[in-house]
Amino acid sequence: ITEVCGAKRMGYFGPAQFYIALKLIAAAQSGFPVRIESIKNELPLPRFMALKNDTEVRYGTPAELHGVKFQVTHTTLEKNSYKRTDEGDKQEPKSPPMSPICSPPASPSTYQRIPLSYGYGKARSGLEQQHGAPYEVRHSTHQQDGPSSGNYGAKSSLTCSTPNRSLSVEREQQDSSTHYSDDPWRITEEQRDYYINQFRSLQPDLNAFISGSVAKNFFTKSKLPIPELSHIWELSDVDCDGALTLPEFCAAFHLVVARKNGYQLPETLPETLLPEYLQAASLKPIRDCALFDSYPEPLPGSQQTRDFSRTEKSSAEEVTDNSALLQDGKKDDRQALKVSTTLKTIPKEFQHLTVKTAAQESNALKARPRSRSYSSTSIEDAMKKGEEPPTPPPRPQKSHSRASSLDLNKIFQQNAQAVRSGWLPPPPPALPPRPSVSQTEQSSEVDLHPQMNRLPSQAEENSSKKEVVLAQPPSKPARRKLRTEAQGLETPELSPTINVTSSFPASKAHLPVQKQSSKQKRAIQTAIRKNKEANAVLARLNSELQQQLKEVHKERIALETQLEQLRPVTVL
Amino acid sequence: VPGSVVCCSSQNYPLYIRSVPTENELKFHYTVHTSLDVVDEKISAMGKALVDQRELYLGLLYPTEDYKGYGYVTNSKVKFVMVVDSSNTALRDNEIRSMFRKLHNSYTDIMCNPFYNPGDRIHSRAFDNMVNSMMMQVN
Repeated sequence: ITEVCGAKRMGYFGPAQFYIALKLIAAAQSGFPVRIESIKNELPLPRFMALKNDTEVRYGTPAELHGVKFQVTHTTLEKNSYKRTDEGDKQEPKSPPMSPICSPPASPSTYQRIPLSYGYGKARSGLEQQHGAPYEVRHSTHQQDGPSSGNYGAKSSLTCSTPNRSLSVEREQQDSSTHYSDDPWRITEEQRDYYINQFRSLQPDLNAFISGSVAKNFFTKSKLPIPELSHIWELSDVDCDGALTLPEFCAAFHLVVARKNGYQLPETLPETLLPEYLQAASLKPIRDCALFDSYPEPLPGSQQTRDFSRTEKSSAEEVTDNSALLQDGKKDDRQALKVSTTLKTIPKEFQHLTVKTAAQESNALKARPRSRSYSSTSIEDAMKKGEEPPTPPPRPQKSHSRASSLDLNKIFQQNAQAVRSGWLPPPPPALPPRPSVSQTEQSSEVDLHPQMNRLPSQAEENSSKKEVVLAQPPSKPARRKLRTEAQGLETPELSPTINVTSSFPASKAHLPVQKQSSKQKRAIQTAIRKNKEANAVLARLNSELQQQLKEVHKERIALETQLEQLRPVTVL
Repeated sequence: VPGSVVCCSSQNYPLYIRSVPTENELKFHYTVHTSLDVVDEKISAMGKALVDQRELYLGLLYPTEDYKGYGYVTNSKVKFVMVVDSSNTALRDNEIRSMFRKLHNSYTDIMCNPFYNPGDRIHSRAFDNMVNSMMMQVN
């Protein structure tokens, strides 16, 4: 048959080839030889056992019929392909049967590879168009359209990553018998589930409303023009309350989807999108989800477990937080990655957006009676931000000024103690009256007193040495002194800059406590300068005192000579 | 039988204009425009008093030899002006009131649509349908 219809030659089943092939199949099943001429016979439709197909033929204009049916079967498909073009290669994890479906562009007359089950319905419509004669078709117990079964085939292949299409088709046919997809305005199971999930992402409580602004932002993302969105809203908001219940939302979403797929928006809401209808129908999928037996496949199983966990979660949280909302959305993403169904991957973009916008929306929600505690996210954010600022300040305080200064202080204290102890013994043998003189000096130079005392007691040769020694230790003890004084002054204050500013006015010899070595160098230099000044002063003082000493010596000599002059009297 | 319905915003620019028949539309517009002055007059005359429901309907604004203009103003100063042919004597005040009430309800429904920004032209099909049906009924 393949060869006869020319598919082998072409390498694929084009429409014409497909029709011919089916005709040939019918011919073969009817007992006619497989030849082109057989087609001309009046043949009953071929019987395909794998699929319980039937036709409820709706004849509009052939083009419309073809277009409609094509569109219908492509509804879920085009979503796929549409999103594919948008998202690039997010559909890799799909099973190979997907790719032939996805590759053809959405135009009624050009589709190339079509799986048998999928194309059957189309071919049937094509056949019907071509021949125009009503065929007797084997009907299954369900009055389903050929394209609908084809759609099921496509749908199931879309939804299942495993290629057990026929199995799932049958099962789906059995289980969701009341959901037909011949009508473009009818919502399929997957679509409904998807809409419900989207609703949840906007509003975790399924019995509550989505406010107008939230819905507006959500639907604006679909990039439909505003007048069309306005019209969609008009159609779907039946009670005209400015908010969408779940069925209203599903209807609106479905209209958006349909519009995106090229359908014209109806003037009035189709019957299948009415909230009452959707409400009644919405009970069914939940019930179906509850039946674990009917969906043994991994996809619906995981889906329903997810739905269950979702419903549990939503029911458990009466007053939902945005954290839950975000978690839901995140769970959605994770689950979507795991399950990798078309419907999930298609609007993954949507989901990301909805998660984000849900977060944003929840922050920006106006006061609505049923809206979320949107302030909680902002509170969480604020809390997170609030945690950060307190931590930095303690760090710099601990690291440098106090710790380092403490260590240095200890070191220099020991040094100074040693120095002091070393210096102390010499002063006592020094002239006792000296300390009285030296005490007139500044208190800050107490350290230098021992040196002062030493100077007059010993020769000048030591002075140079001591000056050197003087230069070095004074800076250190001075620094230590400064540090202690600084500490004493600024125990509560920890910032080094404040140490600098407050210690400076204390005394001219005080060195600022610095963190960095450059500052220390500068401090050392200033200390050196100061010490040199002090040195000069002391040197002057020294010279003056020495002069005094000389004078005192002279007086002493004078007194002694007088004494000697008076003494010869006693010698005799 | 000719007639027209105009919906004007609070700044007195038209949000919606529908006339039947479509010829002589300019004359309708002119009539409506002059009626607006009367509407404004009546509004300002209300002054400090609280606006109650019955004062939303302004009644006969402006009878010319051919036409009668009726006015209705909402609480947000959105004005509805209806011009009907004077030859249509079957129209009574109650009917005009009910028509305005329908207009007001439809306008409220439009406002519920989050995609509608107040001050936009009204492109709602539901609104159109309602106005059409009303005009048919009048005529």
